[in-house]
Amino acid sequence: MAINLRQMCNERDQLAPGHRLCPGCAEPVVVRQILHAIEDPVVVANATGCLEVSTSIFPYTSWRVPWIHSAFENASTTAAGAESMYRSLVRQGKMADNGTKFLAFGGDGATYDIGFQFLSGVWERGHKVLYVCLNNEAYMNTGIQRSSATPLGAWTTTSPVGRVRPGKRENRKNMTAIAVAHEIPYVAQASPHLWRDLMNKVQRALAADGPSFINVLAPCPRGWRSEPGESISISKLAADTCVWPLYEVIDGVWKLNYKPRNKRPVTDWMKSQGRFSHLLKPENEELVTQIQERVDKEWEALVTKCEAN
Amino acid sequence: MTMTRSKGSVTDRVQGEPIALDGAKAVAQAMRQMNPDVVAAYPITPQTEIVQTFSEYVANGEVDTEFVAVESEHAAMSACIGAAAAGGRVQTATTSAGMAFMWEVLYVASSLRLPIIMAVANRALSAPLNIHCDHSDAMGARDAGWLQVYAEDVQEAYDNAFQALRIAEHPDVMLPVMHCQDGFIISHGVERLELLPDGAVKEFIGTYTPRYSLLDTEHPATFGPVDLQDHYFEHKRQQVDGMEKALAVVEEIGQEYGDLTGRYYGHLSPYRLEDAEIAIVVMGSTAGTTKIAVDKMRERGIKAGLLKLRTFRPFPADAVAEALAGVSAVAVLDRAIAFGSQGNPIFLDVCTSLYASGARPDVVNYVYGLGGRDTTASQITTVYADLLNIAETGQRGPLVRYLGLRE
Repeated sequence: MAINLRQMCNERDQLAPGHRLCPGCAEPVVVRQILHAIEDPVVVANATGCLEVSTSIFPYTSWRVPWIHSAFENASTTAAGAESMYRSLVRQGKMADNGTKFLAFGGDGATYDIGFQFLSGVWERGHKVLYVCLNNEAYMNTGIQRSSATPLGAWTTTSPVGRVRPGKRENRKNMTAIAVAHEIPYVAQASPHLWRDLMNKVQRALAADGPSFINVLAPCPRGWRSEPGESISISKLAADTCVWPLYEVIDGVWKLNYKPRNKRPVTDWMKSQGRFSHLLKPENEELVTQIQERVDKEWEALVTKCEAN
Repeated sequence: MTMTRSKGSVTDRVQGEPIALDGAKAVAQAMRQMNPDVVAAYPITPQTEIVQTFSEYVANGEVDTEFVAVESEHAAMSACIGAAAAGGRVQTATTSAGMAFMWEVLYVASSLRLPIIMAVANRALSAPLNIHCDHSDAMGARDAGWLQVYAEDVQEAYDNAFQALRIAEHPDVMLPVMHCQDGFIISHGVERLELLPDGAVKEFIGTYTPRYSLLDTEHPATFGPVDLQDHYFEHKRQQVDGMEKALAVVEEIGQEYGDLTGRYYGHLSPYRLEDAEIAIVVMGSTAGTTKIAVDKMRERGIKAGLLKLRTFRPFPADAVAEALAGVSAVAVLDRAIAFGSQGNPIFLDVCTSLYASGARPDVVNYVYGLGGRDTTASQITTVYADLLNIAETGQRGPLVRYLGLRE
């Protein structure tokens, strides 16, 4: 299916308007883009989190596709259970093979932390499920606590900026690389500002013969202390500073999807969000240098991997 | 919920095939015969034999089941939830720490009204680590909204498996059921039993079509929404309703199964209780041991009886009270401790049932067999001796006692 903006505008959104997500939240933008990219019937499993609590308040639902929430950590396995039932019923001739696709959404806490083992199990067993991490780099639903996706130096309520500590002291986990290490057929990083890139990735992920993972940056104005109107431009800034590179790994082959013409300094990224404001003070200069060095090193390693192909 | 069945109630009794099996293999056989659409499970002693025997059926193409060998018990139940919400028949098996690890999602399974069937080989909980039988695991999940039925022996473990499915899928119930057997004592004890012919099982279980399914993409439904102050309470009340209605359904299915096999089931099995003056209430394999003790007491002219409990959830309160109404002293045997409580799980329910009915026998509670500690018929005769003393003197003595404990 070719992705066509005009056609998309005429199609009904599968995530209905009227949900309770915050103004400026990137999550509904990402979810709508993803569901527009899928033509086949789709079943969605959703981890506990902002998306779940804001779209399914009984007796209302924003979901125009079959949707299930079970718990925080197990969206991947819940989707895998439904996918197993689908395979069983189709194999037994109890239902027709209608090409149903299985999708799971989880935030970074659900993905990097509490649901990590579940996701690893789903990947190892080869369930044909596309798992999308809506990555806003902290536990936003509970009120901005650090996760293992929270970047070094960021303020959160459990990595506060105090007299002796300048925000989060640890680097974030490289979850996308961990997905690649599972040798699943499709892994990608994406951002909502490059919607066509994201939608293409969804289509490639669902065409893959096995599990797939897309880690999507999802700016959170509330937790990032950023302007609600700037979520999309901030996600572009993440790509331009190489803080959140856009790439995909198809059957182990690395491909860069976006290379900024002028790579911008991480301070440009930091300036856009209040969660980093303390880093711009003179006493944290060394930490900013350290962060820049790490971004540079990771970017160079990524480019090398992609150019090797 | 609607359920379609290929035929009405079965009236012709089938000829069973006598065979020697342990409880784990018998339940695996039952699972093969029920041929679930999805089984998601994780190995844990002493349940492992169920999962690995079933895996052989999968490997040999003897079942149509999609077998999901997950990475944990929490994932087992999580996958079962996704699979059951997708509209087919789903089963699993666990014990002990495995059930404890599932605890969160046990509630999700029952609250989403998913008729998942779980075979349990009851085992103690850590710490200290102990792989042997007691009922702490299932008692820990007492309030999770699952039905719990218990077996005395291998035949009952096998028979309960089929009835569990029918009870769970009954439109008045729509709740998950765990059918429990004592770890090692039943799960690894080889006994003679009669297997049903495959065709009879197929007919007894019929087919199952839920009203809502995730795979019905033409009619999208939302499963497991956020449910706040304005609706959550009513949904919990609906679960209570399903549990209450299960009381009649358990008996109805037990009757139908009896018509098929000659082995009738209900909530309770009294043994020499009609004229009994003293009685023991017990659940699981120790009911068999207790029968020996009852016979010994009867030989001595003592009117001892047994009330075997098969259904723990829903608790058949009225039936228990009625069965014990004419007894002057009762001992309730619990194979689990409810720490800090005035007595232990079965005892509490028995006392509540009696109190509500107005019957006032003296009731004492014995904790027995924790961590697989052997409970012998002679130990149980000492319980009857204690009861006799209470009945004769009117002195109840300590409310909670420990049987077979060194102290």
